[in-house]
Amino acid sequence: MSMLSRTADHLYWMARYIERAENLARMLDVNNRMQLLPQSEREVERLWRETLDSVGVLESYFNAHGEKLVPAEVVHFMALDRNNPGSIYSCLRSARENAHAVRGTLTSELWETINATWLSLQSYDIGQMGADELDAFFEWVKLRSHQFRGVSFATMMRDEANCFLRLGTFIERADNTARILDVKYNFIAEAPRRDDAGEYYQWSALLHSVSAFEIYRKVYRDQITPSRVAELLVLRNDMPRSLAYCTDEMLAFLDQVANTRSQETQRRAGELAASLRYGRIEDVLESGLHQYLTKFITRINDVGNRIATDFLMPVTA
Amino acid sequence: MAPIQAQTQASPAQARFYDEMNSASGELRAHYQGYVDWFDGMSAERMTRKRQEADALFRRSGITFAVYGDEAGAERLIPFDVIPRIIPSHEWLALADGLRQRVKALNAFIHDIYHGQEILKAGRIPAEQVISNAQYRPEMQGVDVPNNIYAAIAGVDIVRAGAGEFYVLEDNLRVPSGVSYMVENRKMMMRLFPELFARNRVAPVEHYPDLLLDTLRAVAPKGVLDPVVVVLTPGSFNSAYFEHAFLAQQMGVELVEGQDLFVRDEQVFMRTTQGPQRVDVIYRRIDDDFLDPLAFRPDSMLGVPGILSAYRAGNVTISNAVGTGVADDKSIYPYVGEMVRFYLGEEPILNNVPTYMLRKPEDLAYTLEHLPELVVKEVHGAGGYGMLVGPASTKAEIEDFRLRILASPEKYIAQPTLSLSTCPTFVDAGIAPRHIDLRPFVLSGNEVRFVPGGLTRVALKEGSLVVNSSQGGGTKDTWVMEN
Repeated sequence: MSMLSRTADHLYWMARYIERAENLARMLDVNNRMQLLPQSEREVERLWRETLDSVGVLESYFNAHGEKLVPAEVVHFMALDRNNPGSIYSCLRSARENAHAVRGTLTSELWETINATWLSLQSYDIGQMGADELDAFFEWVKLRSHQFRGVSFATMMRDEANCFLRLGTFIERADNTARILDVKYNFIAEAPRRDDAGEYYQWSALLHSVSAFEIYRKVYRDQITPSRVAELLVLRNDMPRSLAYCTDEMLAFLDQVANTRSQETQRRAGELAASLRYGRIEDVLESGLHQYLTKFITRINDVGNRIATDFLMPVTA
Repeated sequence: MAPIQAQTQASPAQARFYDEMNSASGELRAHYQGYVDWFDGMSAERMTRKRQEADALFRRSGITFAVYGDEAGAERLIPFDVIPRIIPSHEWLALADGLRQRVKALNAFIHDIYHGQEILKAGRIPAEQVISNAQYRPEMQGVDVPNNIYAAIAGVDIVRAGAGEFYVLEDNLRVPSGVSYMVENRKMMMRLFPELFARNRVAPVEHYPDLLLDTLRAVAPKGVLDPVVVVLTPGSFNSAYFEHAFLAQQMGVELVEGQDLFVRDEQVFMRTTQGPQRVDVIYRRIDDDFLDPLAFRPDSMLGVPGILSAYRAGNVTISNAVGTGVADDKSIYPYVGEMVRFYLGEEPILNNVPTYMLRKPEDLAYTLEHLPELVVKEVHGAGGYGMLVGPASTKAEIEDFRLRILASPEKYIAQPTLSLSTCPTFVDAGIAPRHIDLRPFVLSGNEVRFVPGGLTRVALKEGSLVVNSSQGGGTKDTWVMEN
């Protein structure tokens, strides 16, 4: 089993960009919900600042819009700004460009799904959108991402192309879940003490943003506590957006495409997956969730970079 | 909707053109009867809706082409006309014989030019026309290619001037494109109007990629039993990228770019996730000039350094071969009839258009006197760029072109303006006759094969004779009726 390295690279990045667009939509969506809760203007500003920072675009936002954070402008910047390479718009454009470069490797259903998403995106004008329409836009982005996964799941042959596509999905999701959890956990934990109801809504918004609210109820059948939220999103390997689940999947797909150069990459991926499978939330929280997640993001991206070198870069020898 | 015949009755001004559906006296040609019976039950609204549906489907599936000069990455649809061009079986059979003969002679010519040059020695074609031609590749001299097939894929442009009167306009032997539209147009028609195909016996064309793969495998290097075939594309910004991806996918082979290939020990490999993999046959969709920066243009980013040495060593097949341009050049075109006589000992079945070569003083003089009646083309032009259609041009345009010809006459040829046949076409104003041509795709492997018909291109502008998609041309589904 083998395929062109360049093709594998396009498939991997196509999937990463779709997943990234979805998670951006999730993050913006949860912010919109959180800012509806009674809180100070300063807190709202902190919310958006940390959001921009978590995806690494705070500085480019300042360059484009100045130091004052206006929520509507931040949303536009992160959703539809064509000049922001990290916006949902740019992610979907990159996904489509990658797909276009390997359209012959995709099933026609999958190619059409991505192409149709791109074509419909052109009709969204966020300047004209009210809050309710913004909600609908984020829902639409999520839906198109679900559709992408569903169509690929239902139509793509289970070959190496599929493996690289899934690798892209799970590496990106692991990274994104870690970032969402990091920024929100920190935000809620550091917020001025408020009544229980206020805190409940903050946590439930976070859970909703990663489709974990119902799962939380089902798993714990109890009130929402920070350490359980962290446990669910970090260590539960039956929760499809958790770090544990994503690294398990990543490892499985990596093993399927293994080549003669990839042993060290597999070892590191395996070590990371094992640390999540056998980890305890008490230990995670004791060393500090922020430190833990920062380290996780470094490790998952190390595996991502090694995958690029082992499989996706043109090699002559 | 008014009966199609009434709408497409030729006006006196148009009557000098042969119409594919209606005779000059207004009678319906028999091979259109089945279609017209169906069409006359159709409402204008339904046809309009179907046309819009086709556009939306083409757009969604990204069956588009990029136009040079447009902003980067801009993609356009090639207008698709919902009324098919129909060719009766007996006409196709005659055409097919002519195509087979012509492509055989052209392949024999290329082989001869790069070996003994017998046709030049016999004085049938002036040697300087061939040897000093920019498309002649001295690198190919003495190189043997499998089966002696140089142009495995030929796209021969054909126009009709009258009943049974077909002319070859051009032999495209380098990287002819358009075949994906032939296949997609048929799929679209079957999707829009399935009932039509239940009522008419239309010869299928969708198996073209199978024939192509067969052909490419047949020209693999000697001794390779299970050849690895790839399609080589300049990349996703090329105007014909859709077609490259389509053909690779339909044949089930890799679509590669130059950067995916490399040469080691005169063998070609592609870079895969599991290491280098040997490549045996390359269906290349890039021009000779860009194939190998070591041999041709050193600035080419599209090619593969050293690929020509692997090719000359016989370790890989490049298809079409390097140097086929020497046979489809407009300055060689007038001699194709001679090739048929010389190599096959037969009389040519297909007509050539009489051609004035402006490097000849007497041809130049005649042309300059008759510019308003003639079509003048650049010898090395393609895509409908850089040509003058005398009857359709203003005085100023003609005078402008006269100066260009006088500056370098050897760069031009001239031909009488052919009365291209017309075919009823659904345009904004309703149904009206528009000029068409036909590009059948001729495959040469172990034998010469094709799917019936080809790509019909249509000039959508009233009176226009230029069918190229880059100049506002559209396409039609092409039906060859089975008996």
